[in-house]
Amino acid sequence: MEDRWQLPLESSGSQASDSPAPFHADGMLRALLLILSVVAIAHAELCRPDAQNAFKVRISIKTALGENAYAWDANEEYLFRAMVAFAMRRYSSKSTTQITNVLLCNVTDRVSFWFVVTDSSKNVTTVPGSEVEAAIRMNRNRINNAFLLSDKTLQFLKITSTLSPPVEPSTPVWIIVFGVVLCLIVAGIVFLIVSGIQKHKKKNKESTERENLEEKVEVTLENGIPCEALDLKAGHINGVFAADDERFTSL
Amino acid sequence: LSATPETPKEDGRPKWDNKFQYILSCIGFAVGLGNVWRFPYLCQIHGGGAFLIPYFIALLFEGIPLLHLELALGQCLRKGSIGAWNTISPYLGGVGVGSWMVSVLVSLYYNTVLTWVMWYFINSFQEPLPWSVCPLNENRTGFNEECYESTAVNYFWYRKTLNITPDIAESGTFQWWLILCLAACWAIVYLCTIRGIETTGKAIYVTAIFPYLVLTIFLIQGLTLPGATEGLIYLFTPNLNTLKNPRVWLDAATQIFFSLSLAFGGLIAFASYNPTKNDCEKDAVTVAIVNSMTSLYASIPVFSVLGFKATTAYWDCLDRNIVNIINEFDLPEESIMRQNYTSWIRFLNSSYPEKIAGLKLKSCDLQEFLDQSVSGTGLAFIVFTQAIILMPGSQAWAILFFIMLFSLGLSSMFGNIEGVFTPLLELQIIPKSAPKELLSGIICLISFLIALCFTLRSGSYWIDIFDRYAGSVPLLVIAFFEVIGIVYIYKIKRFSEDVEWMTGRKLSLFWQITWRFISPLLLLIVFTAFVTLQMQKPPSYTAWNPKYEGFPMKEEKVYPPWVQAICVLLAALPCVCVPLVALFHLVKQKHRSKNPSFVPPEVFSCQGDNS
Repeated sequence: MEDRWQLPLESSGSQASDSPAPFHADGMLRALLLILSVVAIAHAELCRPDAQNAFKVRISIKTALGENAYAWDANEEYLFRAMVAFAMRRYSSKSTTQITNVLLCNVTDRVSFWFVVTDSSKNVTTVPGSEVEAAIRMNRNRINNAFLLSDKTLQFLKITSTLSPPVEPSTPVWIIVFGVVLCLIVAGIVFLIVSGIQKHKKKNKESTERENLEEKVEVTLENGIPCEALDLKAGHINGVFAADDERFTSL
Repeated sequence: LSATPETPKEDGRPKWDNKFQYILSCIGFAVGLGNVWRFPYLCQIHGGGAFLIPYFIALLFEGIPLLHLELALGQCLRKGSIGAWNTISPYLGGVGVGSWMVSVLVSLYYNTVLTWVMWYFINSFQEPLPWSVCPLNENRTGFNEECYESTAVNYFWYRKTLNITPDIAESGTFQWWLILCLAACWAIVYLCTIRGIETTGKAIYVTAIFPYLVLTIFLIQGLTLPGATEGLIYLFTPNLNTLKNPRVWLDAATQIFFSLSLAFGGLIAFASYNPTKNDCEKDAVTVAIVNSMTSLYASIPVFSVLGFKATTAYWDCLDRNIVNIINEFDLPEESIMRQNYTSWIRFLNSSYPEKIAGLKLKSCDLQEFLDQSVSGTGLAFIVFTQAIILMPGSQAWAILFFIMLFSLGLSSMFGNIEGVFTPLLELQIIPKSAPKELLSGIICLISFLIALCFTLRSGSYWIDIFDRYAGSVPLLVIAFFEVIGIVYIYKIKRFSEDVEWMTGRKLSLFWQITWRFISPLLLLIVFTAFVTLQMQKPPSYTAWNPKYEGFPMKEEKVYPPWVQAICVLLAALPCVCVPLVALFHLVKQKHRSKNPSFVPPEVFSCQGDNS
C-alpha cells in the first residue's frame, strides 16, 4: 500500500519541477491528491471485513512448516496478490486483471486478512464474489504450492475445497492378502490329508505283511503236529499220567 | 514273537508328544481373548490394584480347585467329557452332554470373532489404514455423514465390517466378505485340528507362545509412548473402597471362572491323553498361575496404549480449543501452547467473557478421557485401532496386534474343538475304520454352515447373545454338578485315592476342604448372584442406529420376545441335559430292575484298570 502512496507523489514531484506554469502544477497536485484520497476512501470501502465480494484468508505457516516457517511480510503479500491476479486471469482468460487490482486489508498477527479484487474497467467496483471463488477454486493447487501450504493451512473462509478422494488401487489390497492366506491354508490341508492317506496305506500294507509273516511263522511243528492243531488254551490231558494222580498223596 | 507287547497304557489312545505340549495346550486354552480385553477393563472399573485382592481369592478357592478336579478326572478316566461322566455314574452323563453342548455353541460364535480379527488383519496391509480416513460422500464436498458424525474407526467397524442393522429383528443379507473370512477361519481350525491332538500339539507351539512375544513387543513400545505412565498409574492405583461393592467380588469370581475355561470339557479331553501317572496337581496350579500372570502382563501394554490414546485425545481437545481461540482473537500462531492454555483461558475469560462463551469450547479433562473404559470387541476394534493409527509405523503394529489376537483365539478354539471332537470320537459316530480327518472335517463343515448366520448384518447382536447366555450361566451349573458329582456321588474318598495313585502323594487338606465345601458353595453363590443380576432388568442391547437422535451414542433397545425366548433356550438347554439324562437313566433302571437277569455294571476305579 505504501508503494501506491509513494509513486504518485514522486511523479507529482517531477511534474512540478518540469512544469513551467506554477498554477498548473498546484492544480494538478490538488486534483491528484483529491483523486488519491477518493481512491483511498474507495479502497477502504471496497476492502474491509465483511465487505461485499470480500474474502477472509487465514494462513497457518508455523503449523504447516514448523521449523522451516517463513515470516509473513510485504513480499509474501505481494506474492499473494500476484497469485490471485494470476488466478483471475486464468479463469476469465482476459489479461485485464493487474496485481494492483487485488486489495488486501486488516492483516493481523494470526496471519489473516481480507482481500477483494477490483474491476479496472468499471470504476471502483469489485469483481463479483462468485467469479473470484470460481477462479480461486480452479487454481487452488497452484496457489497452495506457491506458499508451500495446503488447503487446511491456507484457508479461504467461505470457499469450500473439493476434497481429493483417497487413492484406491484397482483390486483392493485385502483380497490379495486373503488369496495368499487361503492358498497357504488349502496347501496345508491337502498336504496333511495326503500324508494321512499315505500313512494309512503304509500301515495297512505293514499290517498285511505282518499277518503274512505271522502265518509263515505260525506253521511251526511240534512233534510233527502243527501247533494250531493243538488246543493250547484248553490243554490236553495225557491219559497215561492221569491215572497216576491217585498214587500221590494229596496236599 | 513279532507282536508288540500290550502294555496297559497302549490302548491305542493318542498321546501328547511330551509334557510341555500338554501344559502349553491347557495354557493356550485358558489364555484367550478375555485375558486381553476383559481383565484390564475389570481392573480399571473396579478400583485398579484393589481388584487383584478378590481376583486372587477367587483364584485360590474357586479357580485352582476346579481346574485340578477337571484335570484329575480326565487323566484318571482317560475319556472325553461324555464318556468320563457316563463312567462316573450314568446319572451324571447329562453333565458331560451339557459340557459338550456348551462347547459346540461357544465354538460357533468364538470363531466368528476370529473372523472379524482376520478381516482386520488382511486390511492392515493397506496404506493408509482403511479405518484412519473417512470416505467421501457422493459429490466429494465432504466426508460421508455417518463417518463424520462418529469417527472413522467406528465407521469402519460398524459399516464396513459388520454393516450392522439398527435392530436385531432386521437380519439383512449375508456379507460376502465376512463369509470368505469365516471360511478361511474354519479352514485354519480344520488344518490345525485335523488329526486331533497330533496336529494341535504341533500348532500350539506357535499359537501359544507367539502372543507372549507380541505382548512383550507391545509392552516395550507402549511404555515409550507419551501418556503411557498416566494410563498405568490410572490402572493400578488401588481404590480399596470398591471392595465394599459385592459386584466387584462377583465379577472377580466370574472372571476367574470363565478365564480358566472350566466346564467346557476341553480340559478333561486334554488331560485324558496323558499317562495316568502324572502330577495333575502341579499341572493345575501351573496353568492357573500362568493364566493369571498373563492377564496381568497383558494389562500393562493395554493400559499403556490406552493412556497414550487418552493423552492424545486430551491434546487434540486442547489443540482444537487453542485454534478456535487464536482464530477468534486473531492472535499469532503458537502464542497459546498447551502449557499456558489454562492461564490464557483465565485471562481471556475475564477480559472477553462473551466471546469465549460464544466459542463453545469443550472442557478438556484428561481424567474424563481415561475414564472412557471399554471392554470386549470395542476395545480391540475401536479403541486399540484408533491408538494404532497414532503410532508411527501403524501397519506393522496393526498386523502384529491382529495376529496376536488371532493366535490367542485360535489356541482357545483348539480346546473348544477338542471338547467337541473327543466325545464324538469315543461315541463312534463314524465307523472306526474311517479316518479321524473325516470326523474333524464334518465338525468344521457343519459349524461353518451354522455360523453363516453370524455373517448376517445383525450377526454381531447374536454373538453378544450367545456370549452372554450360552457361554455363562450353563457353565456355572455344569461346574457345580461336576464338583457335587465327584465329591458326593463318586465319593471324595475314592477320588482322593485315585489322585494319590496318580500324583504319588497324599491329597492335601486344602483340596479336601475346597472340593467338599468351599468351591460348591462359592459356585452356588456366584450362580445365584449372577442370575439375580441378569433378571433385575429386562435384557436389553445397544444398537448402532445412524438415525438415532443421540447418534453417535448407541441406542438402548429391549430384545423382542422371540429373541428373549432364544436367550432362555440357549441358557437352559445345556443345563436341562443334567436332570434329563438322570431321569432317563432312572426310568431305564426301573425298567431293568424288573428284569431278574440284570447284572449291575462294575464299579469303576481309576487304578483298577492299570494295576
